[in-house]
Amino acid sequence: MELFFSQILDGLSIGSVLLLAATGLAIVFGLMGVINLAHGEFMMLGAYVTYVVQSAFKPMGGVIFELYFPISLVLAFIVTGLIGVLLERTLIRQLYGRPLETLLATWGVSLILIQLIRSVSTAMMLGIFVGVVVGVVLSKLLGAKFSEKPFFTYLNGLGWAVAIGIGLIAVNLFDQIRPLAKPWFGPRNIDVTAPKWLQGSWGMIGTIELPGLRIFIILLSALLLLATYWFLNKSVWGLRIRAVTQNRQMSNCLGIPTDRVDSITFGIGSGLAGVAGCAITLLGSVGPNLGAAYIVSGFMVIVLGGVGNLLGTVLASLLLGIIQSVIGSGTLLTIFPDMPLAAKGVIEFFATTSMSLVLVFIFIIVFLQFRPNGMFPQKGRSVDA
Amino acid sequence: MKLFQRLVPWILLAIALFILPAALDDFRLNLFGRYFALSITALAIDLIWGYTGLLSLGQGIFFALGGYAVAMNLMLNTKSLAGGNGIPKFFENYGVDQLPFFWQPFWSPVFALIALWVIPAVVAGVVGWLIFRNRIKGVYFSIITQAALMVFFHFFNGQQKLFDGTNGLKTSTTELFGQLVGSPDMQAWFYRLTVVLLPLAFLVCRYFTSGRFGDALIAIRDDESRLRFAGFNPVPFKTIVFLVAGALCGISGALYTVQSGIVSPQYMSISFSIEMVIWVAVGGRGTLVGPIIGATVVNYLRSLVSEALPEAWLFVQGALFIFVVVLMPDGIYGWITKGGFRTFLAAFGIAKKAKTYPQLDKEAIPVD
Repeated sequence: MELFFSQILDGLSIGSVLLLAATGLAIVFGLMGVINLAHGEFMMLGAYVTYVVQSAFKPMGGVIFELYFPISLVLAFIVTGLIGVLLERTLIRQLYGRPLETLLATWGVSLILIQLIRSVSTAMMLGIFVGVVVGVVLSKLLGAKFSEKPFFTYLNGLGWAVAIGIGLIAVNLFDQIRPLAKPWFGPRNIDVTAPKWLQGSWGMIGTIELPGLRIFIILLSALLLLATYWFLNKSVWGLRIRAVTQNRQMSNCLGIPTDRVDSITFGIGSGLAGVAGCAITLLGSVGPNLGAAYIVSGFMVIVLGGVGNLLGTVLASLLLGIIQSVIGSGTLLTIFPDMPLAAKGVIEFFATTSMSLVLVFIFIIVFLQFRPNGMFPQKGRSVDA
Repeated sequence: MKLFQRLVPWILLAIALFILPAALDDFRLNLFGRYFALSITALAIDLIWGYTGLLSLGQGIFFALGGYAVAMNLMLNTKSLAGGNGIPKFFENYGVDQLPFFWQPFWSPVFALIALWVIPAVVAGVVGWLIFRNRIKGVYFSIITQAALMVFFHFFNGQQKLFDGTNGLKTSTTELFGQLVGSPDMQAWFYRLTVVLLPLAFLVCRYFTSGRFGDALIAIRDDESRLRFAGFNPVPFKTIVFLVAGALCGISGALYTVQSGIVSPQYMSISFSIEMVIWVAVGGRGTLVGPIIGATVVNYLRSLVSEALPEAWLFVQGALFIFVVVLMPDGIYGWITKGGFRTFLAAFGIAKKAKTYPQLDKEAIPVD
């Protein structure tokens, strides 16, 4: 029984990591209908922000170093949130109402982010800066002269192509200077050491030990969930967000700045991803490919729970976490040692991490056979729900 | 002009069959063989996405299943790769001394030839029917196909005793008709086979997209609810088209496997299946020529960029995704046929503007 409880605790912590990943997705997908496949990469960015903060705090040592984690949580939220707003302003905005297109475009963004983290160096950042400046200046100059001409769009595109070319040349030039060419992170995984107060145990319940890290992650996800709930349901901007979700045009007529609502919604969703990434650094080393592991599970949680429903997201993620941990570790066998041979064979077959994932996904597909819209379907009269 | 248009496909086919093999070295020819094999997958995706509006992110399943079917047959029938019990050597690494039961029928080449498209078709039919029956569509369809992809990926990746796990099955060292599959001679034959099968796949797709069936598919894409209200049941249409696409992907995967020399669970990775979609988007969805152009161009570009600057490929690919989706939703072929090229020339005053009535010039459009 003891083993069973510790397995459940394990499952809860896996589930709460999923929940952290899925809360942001639930906002972006559930409220805006945008499939953000770059969500996993925002998590990765959050993890790298944590790494940077930790590296900056390391020389100080002592008590101040122990405090780096809360600071990096906040910073991760702010940085990824701002990147999210930038992405929304430049790209997502063009694609509203075309969810499949957002899916493809954000996948493109995710590829760029992965490679950016792998090969980013001071030289590259300077080159990108040069390229962007040249591009903006060129398009301003051309715009002043030719904006009335029919070929202006093409000319503008050509201008940007030239800017990209100049940017590439700049990257190559800066690369010649040794200290600038060194990659910041490189393709390898990075390690973040958890602060001391998170390591070790946080006391016992009966004979079960409470590992600090896991409890902290569970608490963190619960806290974020409450904050999200409060924000969406009690704050002014939450009210506006919900209004825009229900009826965009009407909200616009009533004076709600829908553009800004979109930016804020997407920014908060991305920021939550950053916090999730920050929490993931506690669980082990992280690398540029971190996102892929969470993105599919994240969407599964949303679909299973019912789109646009926070309670469904919570239940679904905890359920998936528990199934995955109980099946994957093969605990069922130790708890019920005398089950029929056939059942035993089946359980042993699925008792590895990857096979338990197989089982989880099959479970979801079967579940959707009976409840196509998830646990808590959205009520509505529209045909295309 | 009409005659010329009719001749174009034949000319292209002749170039692919006779001129390319003479002009390119073995390595390049093999690459083109792979691009044409991938073009069949692109055609399949166009069938379900471009025409029916189902964006499947799980076509890698069917692609890899076709590849595995071929690879299993080749592995079994190669004497030099057999271990002690007459079964492929890799089984010994995991202490398996008896061939798993589902490997048995793959001794027969005939069975393998049928299985490489029937198995993917059946899997696609079942998965598709389960999904469509519940009226799961749009984004949810994409997410669920992606989940199905993960199921297969983790299954093939985790089951070392059955499929050699991550290592995959190597076909380049196997033998067929007493020759190494990886030998240049064999590869040239596989290239010819691919060039012959690609037009056949094209014809299959044209058969399904023309006539009443094709109209139904387009109706599903444009407004499925309305089709349902008109008394049609969209489920059989979608299931059939998904099944056909699965079979085509299986064939494509088999051709790709023998030419690339290996089939591994990586063919079922998330990124590969999304890449397939972008080939179609780049070429032009909703047309049958577009996907072939797209698959060939994107993969050729990939070879070029990866050879010159391996690190840059992800940047280029990501930018390509964004560019195509935002600025060129009709793809290359669609841009040309829908008058994009004409408008482009007209903007610079080279070609005459198309005459429209009422005039669609700036001043004629009422301000809304």
